[in-house]
Amino acid sequence: MRGILATISPVYLWMVLFMVVPLGLILLISFLQRGVYGDVKFHFTLENYRALADPLYVQVFLTSVGIALGTTVSCLLLGYPFAYFVAGTEKKHHRLLLVLIIIPFWTNSLVRTYAWILLLRTEGLINTVLLQLGWIQEPLQMLYSYGAIFLGMTYTLFPFMILPLYSIIEKLDKSLLEASADLGATPLQTFLQVTLPLTLPGIVAGSLLVFIPSLGYFFIPDLMGGGKHMIIGNLIKNQFLASRNWPFGSAISIILILLTLLVVLAYLKLLGGDKDDMGVM
Amino acid sequence: MRMRKTAALAAFLLAMGLALGGCGKKEASNELNLFNWSEYLPQELIEKFEEETGVRVNYNTYSSNEEMLAKIMTAPGMYDIAVSTDYMVDIMIQQKLLEEIGLEGIEGVENLGANYLDLAFDPGNRYSLPYMAGTALLAVNTSKVDFDIEEYADLWNPALENSIVVLDDQRAVMGLALKKLGKSINETDPGVLEAAARELAALKPNIKAFDSDSPKSLLISGEVSVGYVWNAEAVMAQKENPDIKIVMPEEGLYLWQDNFVIPKGAPNAENARKFISFMLRPENSKICSDSFPYTNPNAAALELIDEETRNNPGIYPDDSVYAQGEFLVDVGETTVVYDKIWTDFKQQ
Repeated sequence: MRGILATISPVYLWMVLFMVVPLGLILLISFLQRGVYGDVKFHFTLENYRALADPLYVQVFLTSVGIALGTTVSCLLLGYPFAYFVAGTEKKHHRLLLVLIIIPFWTNSLVRTYAWILLLRTEGLINTVLLQLGWIQEPLQMLYSYGAIFLGMTYTLFPFMILPLYSIIEKLDKSLLEASADLGATPLQTFLQVTLPLTLPGIVAGSLLVFIPSLGYFFIPDLMGGGKHMIIGNLIKNQFLASRNWPFGSAISIILILLTLLVVLAYLKLLGGDKDDMGVM
Repeated sequence: MRMRKTAALAAFLLAMGLALGGCGKKEASNELNLFNWSEYLPQELIEKFEEETGVRVNYNTYSSNEEMLAKIMTAPGMYDIAVSTDYMVDIMIQQKLLEEIGLEGIEGVENLGANYLDLAFDPGNRYSLPYMAGTALLAVNTSKVDFDIEEYADLWNPALENSIVVLDDQRAVMGLALKKLGKSINETDPGVLEAAARELAALKPNIKAFDSDSPKSLLISGEVSVGYVWNAEAVMAQKENPDIKIVMPEEGLYLWQDNFVIPKGAPNAENARKFISFMLRPENSKICSDSFPYTNPNAAALELIDEETRNNPGIYPDDSVYAQGEFLVDVGETTVVYDKIWTDFKQQ
């Protein structure tokens, strides 16, 4: 008994100190009132949650979910063929191809985002080359748009889609595909009726791993979108800094956590509650 | 048995919490715990101060006034000296977070210019002394704009579609709209704020980007034609790209001033006063403004600064700018209204 306690107590301690206590604090503050100078008044209120029902904030949530969904779809559309291709190459090449995906991520994501800015801006590399070649007459306005946000987000979160997809496609039993072909199915039918259902757990896991962080990423919309859109991450940041409204910021954070939990629950439901196989590795 | 374990764990956590909380309190020693913006004090000066006085300087930085406020509120006695912007000095005085600065214990106060002393946020300088100051103004790339920009209203010109960079700062940008309406940047009247929100909505199509960190790079590279930026950014952009002209609209500028303050319970308040005296010496103040071209309130240091910088109206505007300009004042409860307008504005 004592042995077990000694082994698991560090984990509990860690969870209590760094998860339960901070989350409890956020929950507590979300029910308190903002003081005039940005302190917190110990006065119970539901006002912070009521204020969130304002169509303005609903719109902020919708924009954020929209950007996150768009990012997930573009990661999936690019990632699936890539993962399929990697899994189809000779085994000895797998590791190399995956390492090539990972290597750029050894560099800080902020630095990589600035690199994109250098490429995309009006007098950046791409415009300069295209102008020199005479393919365009006026520089293209690529930066500070929704397109730039999606590009930056997709680029940053790409590996989170690739890795679970690869691991599940690689495990795919090739004889099933052969059997499908032998029984007269066209390649498209085989893909839709055999490959896709079998790799669904990887698709869902990858989508989840991309969707959830992209809800909170605010530095890419700030840098590549020119800070022209208000998304949940910015909204929370503003409450804690410029507006010194910690209670409201905490309430938004709690709603965001609930939203994320909902997505995870939907995922578990979709896969029949098989918690052991999160589809990852 | 299990109950006792839980109780023991709870007691342990409590003790940990107390121990962690206790870390904040520092004993008096021959140190100076300095809390300042990042990129705001040359290392050279810290070394010189350490050598001269034998005091060891612990330099901590923050990136916004609100971050500084939160840290000083949660860890009293952690810092001996901090740098705080005008409106934040006011908040800190109201919250009783500051020690009196003790003018009699500080040498060189007479070096400071009159424009920077005895301001509304701290009458009589009981709690603060100026460090650096500046304004938010317009930087115009004259090679890209074919009409004259003289007042804030010119930014609403449809010819500037998708070509302006503004500070990513709600009070600064709201101030722009309020000034266009001929109102104060510290307006709290709901009707006026609503009108300002409509002005902002009309300005949105002209804004290409919001950037507080380095809007000068957008100006230099020609990505934008006009910027509403901090004066030092405009001056640096002008140095790189001579087409850039600084415009100070007559409606008045948004003024700011950073100040030395001594947080309540500072363990080495005397060292803080020594440091302020050191920084007020003209030769030291000059080193600081050589590295960071903000407005130096130290009139005695001005004589040491090179003529070109001294005569640059972007850095050292004439007295009328101070007479017409406005400092930010904390708007209390109305902050929530400003935030909502800002969210709506960005959301469009």
